[in-house]
Amino acid sequence: MAFLNGITLLLVYQLAGEVCVRLAGVPVPGPVLGMVMLFITLVIRGRTPDSVGQASSALLSHLSLLFVPAGVGMMAHFHRIEAEWLPITLSLLLSTVITMAATALIMQASSRWLAGRRNSGQGGRGQ
Amino acid sequence: MNHRGLDDIWVYLSASPLLGLTITLAAYGLGVRLYRRFGGNPLLNPVVTSVAMLIALLLVTGMPYDDYFEGGQFIHYLLGPATVALAVPLYQQLPRLRQLWFPVALSLIAGVFIAAGSSIGLAWLFGGSTEIQMSLAPKSATAPVAMGISEKIGGLPSLTAVLVVVTGIVGAVLGTRLFAWLGIKDDTVKGVAMGVAAHGIGTARAFQVSPEMGAFSGLAMALSAFATSLVVPWLVSWLQAFL
Repeated sequence: MAFLNGITLLLVYQLAGEVCVRLAGVPVPGPVLGMVMLFITLVIRGRTPDSVGQASSALLSHLSLLFVPAGVGMMAHFHRIEAEWLPITLSLLLSTVITMAATALIMQASSRWLAGRRNSGQGGRGQ
Repeated sequence: MNHRGLDDIWVYLSASPLLGLTITLAAYGLGVRLYRRFGGNPLLNPVVTSVAMLIALLLVTGMPYDDYFEGGQFIHYLLGPATVALAVPLYQQLPRLRQLWFPVALSLIAGVFIAAGSSIGLAWLFGGSTEIQMSLAPKSATAPVAMGISEKIGGLPSLTAVLVVVTGIVGAVLGTRLFAWLGIKDDTVKGVAMGVAAHGIGTARAFQVSPEMGAFSGLAMALSAFATSLVVPWLVSWLQAFL
Protein backbone atom coordinates (compact mmCIF):
# COMPACT_ATOMS: atom_id res chain seq x y z
CA MET A 1 0.00 0.00 0.00
CA ALA A 2 2.86 2.35 0.81
CA PHE A 3 4.20 1.98 -2.74
CA LEU A 4 0.81 2.79 -4.22
CA ASN A 5 0.44 5.88 -2.05
CA GLY A 6 3.91 6.99 -3.08
CA ILE A 7 3.18 6.65 -6.81
CA THR A 8 -0.08 8.52 -6.34
CA LEU A 9 1.70 11.33 -4.53
CA LEU A 10 4.33 11.60 -7.32
CA LEU A 11 1.54 11.81 -9.91
CA VAL A 12 -0.30 14.42 -7.83
CA TYR A 13 2.84 16.59 -7.78
CA GLN A 14 3.34 16.09 -11.51
CA LEU A 15 -0.29 17.06 -12.10
CA ALA A 16 0.07 20.14 -9.88
CA GLY A 17 3.23 21.04 -11.81
CA GLU A 18 1.50 20.71 -15.18
CA VAL A 19 -1.46 22.81 -14.01
CA CYS A 20 0.74 25.57 -12.57
CA VAL A 21 2.90 25.69 -15.72
CA ARG A 22 -0.20 26.19 -17.85
CA LEU A 23 -1.79 28.71 -15.51
CA ALA A 24 1.35 30.82 -15.14
CA GLY A 25 2.57 30.34 -18.72
CA VAL A 26 6.15 29.63 -17.60
CA PRO A 27 8.37 27.82 -20.16
CA VAL A 28 9.38 25.11 -17.65
CA PRO A 29 8.04 21.54 -18.07
CA GLY A 30 5.40 20.38 -15.58
CA PRO A 31 7.36 17.42 -14.08
CA VAL A 32 10.35 19.70 -13.35
CA LEU A 33 8.12 22.13 -11.47
CA GLY A 34 6.51 19.14 -9.71
CA MET A 35 9.96 18.03 -8.59
CA VAL A 36 10.74 21.49 -7.23
CA MET A 37 7.44 21.50 -5.30
CA LEU A 38 8.05 18.02 -3.87
CA PHE A 39 11.57 19.07 -2.85
CA ILE A 40 10.20 22.14 -1.03
CA THR A 41 7.59 19.95 0.69
CA LEU A 42 10.29 17.52 1.89
CA VAL A 43 12.43 20.39 3.21
CA ILE A 44 9.44 21.83 5.11
CA ARG A 45 8.39 18.42 6.53
CA GLY A 46 11.96 17.58 7.39
CA ARG A 47 11.81 13.90 6.37
CA THR A 48 10.93 11.61 3.46
CA PRO A 49 7.68 9.64 4.03
CA ASP A 50 8.15 5.87 3.51
CA SER A 51 5.65 5.76 0.67
CA VAL A 52 7.41 8.43 -1.39
CA GLY A 53 10.81 6.91 -0.64
CA GLN A 54 9.71 3.47 -1.87
CA ALA A 55 8.06 4.73 -5.05
CA SER A 56 10.95 7.01 -5.86
CA SER A 57 13.64 4.36 -5.48
CA ALA A 58 11.56 1.89 -7.53
CA LEU A 59 11.29 4.37 -10.41
CA LEU A 60 14.86 5.67 -10.21
CA SER A 61 16.49 2.24 -10.03
CA HIS A 62 15.12 1.52 -13.53
CA LEU A 63 15.51 5.02 -14.90
CA SER A 64 17.29 3.95 -18.07
CA LEU A 65 14.43 1.61 -19.06
CA LEU A 66 12.18 4.65 -19.37
CA PHE A 67 14.29 6.02 -22.24
CA VAL A 68 14.07 2.90 -24.38
CA PRO A 69 10.81 3.70 -26.27
CA ALA A 70 12.13 7.16 -27.25
CA GLY A 71 15.42 5.59 -28.34
CA VAL A 72 13.65 3.15 -30.63
CA GLY A 73 12.17 6.28 -32.28
CA MET A 74 15.52 6.57 -34.03
CA MET A 75 14.16 4.24 -36.72
CA ALA A 76 11.53 6.83 -37.71
CA HIS A 77 14.37 9.29 -38.48
CA PHE A 78 16.82 7.05 -40.32
CA HIS A 79 16.53 9.02 -43.59
CA ARG A 80 17.21 12.37 -41.92
CA ILE A 81 20.10 11.01 -39.85
CA GLU A 82 21.54 9.41 -43.00
CA ALA A 83 21.34 12.72 -44.92
CA GLU A 84 23.15 14.73 -42.24
CA TRP A 85 25.04 12.07 -40.33
CA LEU A 86 28.35 13.94 -40.23
CA PRO A 87 27.22 17.17 -38.49
CA ILE A 88 24.87 15.18 -36.23
CA THR A 89 27.52 12.69 -35.12
CA LEU A 90 30.35 15.17 -34.67
CA SER A 91 28.26 17.82 -32.93
CA LEU A 92 26.66 15.29 -30.62
CA LEU A 93 29.88 13.52 -29.65
CA LEU A 94 32.16 16.53 -29.31
CA SER A 95 29.61 18.78 -27.65
CA THR A 96 28.71 16.12 -25.05
CA VAL A 97 32.38 15.51 -24.20
CA ILE A 98 33.19 19.25 -24.11
CA THR A 99 30.16 19.99 -21.90
CA MET A 100 30.98 17.19 -19.47
CA ALA A 101 34.68 18.08 -19.22
CA ALA A 102 34.06 21.84 -18.90
CA THR A 103 31.34 21.42 -16.26
CA ALA A 104 33.52 19.06 -14.22
CA LEU A 105 36.61 21.27 -14.43
CA ILE A 106 34.69 24.46 -13.55
CA MET A 107 33.06 22.77 -10.55
CA GLN A 108 36.34 21.26 -9.39
CA ALA A 109 38.17 24.58 -9.66
CA SER A 110 35.43 26.55 -7.89
CA SER A 111 34.93 24.01 -5.08
CA ARG A 112 38.70 23.95 -4.45
CA TRP A 113 38.72 27.73 -4.41
CA LEU A 114 35.85 27.66 -1.89
CA ALA A 115 37.53 24.98 0.25
CA GLY A 116 40.77 26.97 0.09
CA ARG A 117 38.99 30.09 1.31
CA ARG A 118 37.25 28.21 4.12
CA ASN A 119 40.43 26.61 5.44
CA SER A 120 42.76 29.46 4.54
CA GLY A 121 45.80 29.03 6.74
CA GLN A 122 45.57 25.22 6.65
CA GLY A 123 46.55 25.08 2.99
CA GLY A 124 43.15 24.05 1.56
CA ARG A 125 41.58 20.64 1.26
CA GLY A 126 43.66 19.48 -1.71
CA GLN A 127 42.84 16.19 -3.43
CA MET B 1 -5.61 -22.92 -42.22
CA ASN B 2 -2.80 -22.88 -39.72
CA HIS B 3 -1.11 -20.03 -41.58
CA ARG B 4 -4.35 -18.11 -41.56
CA GLY B 5 -4.52 -18.52 -37.77
CA LEU B 6 -1.03 -17.10 -37.30
CA ASP B 7 -1.93 -14.13 -39.48
CA ASP B 8 -4.97 -13.42 -37.33
CA ILE B 9 -2.87 -13.58 -34.18
CA TRP B 10 -0.34 -11.16 -35.69
CA VAL B 11 -3.10 -8.75 -36.72
CA TYR B 12 -4.39 -8.78 -33.15
CA LEU B 13 -0.95 -8.41 -31.56
CA SER B 14 0.30 -5.62 -33.78
CA ALA B 15 -2.84 -3.60 -33.11
CA SER B 16 -2.71 -3.96 -29.32
CA PRO B 17 -0.32 -2.16 -26.96
CA LEU B 18 0.45 -5.46 -25.22
CA LEU B 19 3.15 -6.48 -27.71
CA GLY B 20 5.05 -3.17 -27.64
CA LEU B 21 5.01 -3.11 -23.86
CA THR B 22 6.10 -6.73 -23.49
CA ILE B 23 8.97 -6.61 -25.99
CA THR B 24 10.28 -3.37 -24.42
CA LEU B 25 10.48 -4.98 -20.97
CA ALA B 26 11.87 -8.24 -22.36
CA ALA B 27 14.56 -6.48 -24.43
CA TYR B 28 15.56 -4.32 -21.49
CA GLY B 29 15.71 -7.35 -19.17
CA LEU B 30 17.95 -9.11 -21.68
CA GLY B 31 20.06 -5.95 -22.02
CA VAL B 32 20.58 -5.77 -18.25
CA ARG B 33 21.54 -9.44 -18.14
CA LEU B 34 24.06 -8.96 -20.96
CA TYR B 35 25.50 -5.90 -19.21
CA ARG B 36 25.99 -7.83 -15.94
CA ARG B 37 27.34 -10.88 -17.72
CA PHE B 38 30.19 -8.81 -19.17
CA GLY B 39 31.08 -7.18 -15.88
CA GLY B 40 29.34 -3.87 -16.48
CA ASN B 41 31.16 -2.90 -19.68
CA PRO B 42 29.84 0.64 -20.39
CA LEU B 43 29.65 -0.12 -24.13
CA LEU B 44 26.95 -2.67 -23.31
CA ASN B 45 24.77 -0.04 -21.61
CA PRO B 46 21.31 -1.68 -21.40
CA VAL B 47 19.73 1.26 -23.25
CA VAL B 48 22.06 0.69 -26.24
CA THR B 49 21.55 -3.06 -26.45
CA SER B 50 17.79 -3.00 -25.85
CA VAL B 51 17.19 -0.18 -28.38
CA ALA B 52 19.30 -2.06 -30.95
CA MET B 53 17.40 -5.33 -30.32
CA LEU B 54 14.03 -3.60 -30.60
CA ILE B 55 14.89 -1.73 -33.81
CA ALA B 56 16.18 -4.95 -35.36
CA LEU B 57 12.99 -6.77 -34.31
CA LEU B 58 10.71 -4.04 -35.70
CA LEU B 59 12.63 -3.92 -38.99
CA VAL B 60 12.51 -7.70 -39.38
CA THR B 61 8.79 -7.98 -38.61
CA GLY B 62 7.92 -4.78 -40.51
CA MET B 63 6.07 -3.39 -37.50
CA PRO B 64 5.79 0.43 -37.77
CA TYR B 65 7.21 2.53 -34.92
CA ASP B 66 3.81 4.10 -34.20
CA ASP B 67 2.30 0.65 -33.56
CA TYR B 68 5.21 -0.22 -31.27
CA PHE B 69 4.83 3.06 -29.39
CA GLU B 70 1.17 2.24 -28.61
CA GLY B 71 2.69 -0.09 -26.00
CA GLY B 72 5.99 1.72 -25.45
CA GLN B 73 4.20 4.89 -24.36
CA PHE B 74 3.25 3.33 -21.02
CA ILE B 75 6.93 3.10 -20.14
CA HIS B 76 7.77 6.41 -21.81
CA TYR B 77 5.09 8.09 -19.76
CA LEU B 78 6.77 7.13 -16.46
CA LEU B 79 9.52 9.68 -17.25
CA GLY B 80 7.17 12.29 -15.73
CA PRO B 81 6.76 10.78 -12.24
CA ALA B 82 10.44 9.69 -12.35
CA THR B 83 11.44 13.33 -12.80
CA VAL B 84 9.29 14.28 -9.79
CA ALA B 85 10.87 11.40 -7.83
CA LEU B 86 14.32 13.00 -8.20
CA ALA B 87 13.29 15.35 -5.39
CA VAL B 88 13.90 12.48 -2.92
CA PRO B 89 17.64 11.79 -3.51
CA LEU B 90 18.08 15.52 -3.86
CA TYR B 91 16.53 16.10 -0.44
CA GLN B 92 18.73 13.38 1.05
CA GLN B 93 21.82 15.26 -0.19
CA LEU B 94 20.62 18.60 1.21
CA PRO B 95 23.45 19.01 3.75
CA ARG B 96 26.10 18.47 1.01
CA LEU B 97 24.19 20.75 -1.32
CA ARG B 98 24.16 23.54 1.26
CA GLN B 99 27.97 23.40 1.42
CA LEU B 100 28.43 23.21 -2.33
CA TRP B 101 25.71 25.48 -3.71
CA PHE B 102 28.17 27.98 -5.17
CA PRO B 103 30.32 25.56 -7.27
CA VAL B 104 27.18 23.66 -8.30
CA ALA B 105 25.38 26.80 -9.48
CA LEU B 106 28.41 28.20 -11.29
CA SER B 107 29.33 25.00 -13.17
CA LEU B 108 25.69 24.28 -13.94
CA ILE B 109 25.02 27.64 -15.57
CA ALA B 110 28.29 27.47 -17.51
CA GLY B 111 27.53 23.87 -18.55
CA VAL B 112 24.06 24.74 -19.88
CA PHE B 113 25.48 27.55 -22.05
CA ILE B 114 28.36 25.37 -23.27
CA ALA B 115 26.03 22.44 -24.09
CA ALA B 116 23.67 24.55 -26.22
CA GLY B 117 26.31 26.83 -27.75
CA SER B 118 28.72 24.04 -28.69
CA SER B 119 26.06 21.79 -30.22
CA ILE B 120 24.66 24.61 -32.40
CA GLY B 121 28.16 25.84 -33.29
CA LEU B 122 29.58 22.42 -34.15
CA ALA B 123 26.53 21.41 -36.21
CA TRP B 124 26.81 24.70 -38.11
CA LEU B 125 30.56 24.24 -38.57
CA PHE B 126 30.13 20.77 -40.10
CA GLY B 127 27.39 21.96 -42.47
CA GLY B 128 24.22 20.90 -40.65
CA SER B 129 20.92 22.52 -41.65
CA THR B 130 19.22 25.01 -39.31
CA GLU B 131 16.61 22.37 -38.49
CA ILE B 132 19.34 19.98 -37.34
CA GLN B 133 21.11 22.71 -35.35
CA MET B 134 17.85 23.54 -33.56
CA SER B 135 17.05 19.86 -32.95
CA LEU B 136 20.51 19.42 -31.39
CA ALA B 137 20.49 22.59 -29.24
CA PRO B 138 18.56 21.22 -26.21
CA LYS B 139 20.04 17.68 -26.46
CA SER B 140 21.60 17.67 -22.98
CA ALA B 141 18.27 18.36 -21.24
CA THR B 142 15.98 15.51 -20.26
CA ALA B 143 13.67 14.23 -23.06
CA PRO B 144 10.32 15.89 -22.25
CA VAL B 145 12.00 19.26 -21.66
CA ALA B 146 14.21 19.06 -24.75
CA MET B 147 11.26 18.16 -26.98
CA GLY B 148 9.30 21.21 -25.80
CA ILE B 149 12.28 23.52 -26.40
CA SER B 150 13.00 22.01 -29.82
CA GLU B 151 9.45 22.67 -30.93
CA LYS B 152 9.66 26.27 -29.77
CA ILE B 153 12.91 27.11 -31.60
CA GLY B 154 12.12 25.38 -34.91
CA GLY B 155 13.64 21.91 -34.47
CA LEU B 156 11.96 18.52 -34.92
CA PRO B 157 10.75 17.36 -31.47
CA SER B 158 10.75 13.65 -32.29
CA LEU B 159 14.27 13.84 -33.74
CA THR B 160 15.33 15.75 -30.61
CA ALA B 161 13.99 12.89 -28.46
CA VAL B 162 16.33 10.51 -30.29
CA LEU B 163 19.31 12.88 -30.08
CA VAL B 164 18.64 13.29 -26.35
CA VAL B 165 18.78 9.53 -25.84
CA VAL B 166 21.97 9.17 -27.92
CA THR B 167 23.56 12.07 -26.00
CA GLY B 168 22.71 10.34 -22.74
CA ILE B 169 24.22 7.10 -23.99
CA VAL B 170 27.41 8.87 -25.14
CA GLY B 171 27.70 10.54 -21.73
CA ALA B 172 27.03 7.32 -19.82
CA VAL B 173 29.51 5.34 -21.91
CA LEU B 174 32.35 7.90 -22.00
CA GLY B 175 31.76 9.71 -18.69
CA THR B 176 33.66 7.59 -16.19
CA ARG B 177 36.64 7.25 -18.57
CA LEU B 178 36.69 10.98 -19.25
CA PHE B 179 36.70 11.73 -15.51
CA ALA B 180 39.51 9.25 -14.90
CA TRP B 181 41.52 10.82 -17.72
CA LEU B 182 40.94 14.33 -16.34
CA GLY B 183 41.95 13.12 -12.87
CA ILE B 184 38.58 13.97 -11.31
CA LYS B 185 37.85 11.85 -8.24
CA ASP B 186 35.16 13.76 -6.35
CA ASP B 187 31.77 12.05 -6.84
CA THR B 188 29.87 15.32 -6.43
CA VAL B 189 31.85 16.89 -9.31
CA LYS B 190 31.41 13.80 -11.51
CA GLY B 191 27.69 13.72 -10.73
CA VAL B 192 27.05 17.35 -11.63
CA ALA B 193 28.97 17.05 -14.91
CA MET B 194 27.11 13.84 -15.78
CA GLY B 195 23.70 15.34 -15.03
CA VAL B 196 24.34 18.53 -16.99
CA ALA B 197 25.72 16.77 -20.07
CA ALA B 198 23.84 13.46 -20.09
CA HIS B 199 20.54 13.99 -18.13
CA GLY B 200 18.64 10.86 -16.98
CA ILE B 201 20.69 8.20 -18.77
CA GLY B 202 23.84 9.71 -17.29
CA THR B 203 22.08 9.82 -13.91
CA ALA B 204 21.17 6.13 -14.17
CA ARG B 205 24.86 5.40 -14.81
CA ALA B 206 25.88 7.69 -11.94
CA PHE B 207 23.66 5.78 -9.47
CA GLN B 208 25.63 2.64 -10.42
CA VAL B 209 28.86 4.35 -9.34
CA SER B 210 27.63 5.72 -5.99
CA PRO B 211 24.43 7.12 -4.43
CA GLU B 212 26.19 10.45 -3.95
CA MET B 213 27.14 10.73 -7.64
CA GLY B 214 23.59 9.72 -8.57
CA ALA B 215 21.99 12.32 -6.32
CA PHE B 216 24.18 15.14 -7.63
CA SER B 217 23.62 13.98 -11.19
CA GLY B 218 19.86 13.97 -10.60
CA LEU B 219 20.09 17.41 -9.06
CA ALA B 220 22.13 18.75 -11.98
CA MET B 221 19.77 17.12 -14.48
CA ALA B 222 16.72 18.72 -12.85
CA LEU B 223 18.27 22.17 -12.46
CA SER B 224 19.78 22.14 -15.94
CA ALA B 225 16.40 21.14 -17.41
CA PHE B 226 15.07 24.24 -15.72
CA ALA B 227 17.98 26.42 -16.90
CA THR B 228 17.98 25.00 -20.45
CA SER B 229 14.33 25.88 -20.94
CA LEU B 230 15.15 29.48 -20.02
CA VAL B 231 18.56 29.79 -21.73
CA VAL B 232 18.18 28.02 -25.10
CA PRO B 233 15.28 30.04 -26.63
CA TRP B 234 17.06 33.24 -25.56
CA LEU B 235 20.44 32.07 -26.92
CA VAL B 236 18.87 31.09 -30.25
CA SER B 237 17.11 34.42 -30.76
CA TRP B 238 20.34 36.21 -29.81
CA LEU B 239 22.31 34.15 -32.36
CA GLN B 240 19.72 34.79 -35.05
CA ALA B 241 19.83 38.53 -34.41
CA PHE B 242 23.62 38.80 -34.59
CA LEU B 243 24.64 36.22 -37.20
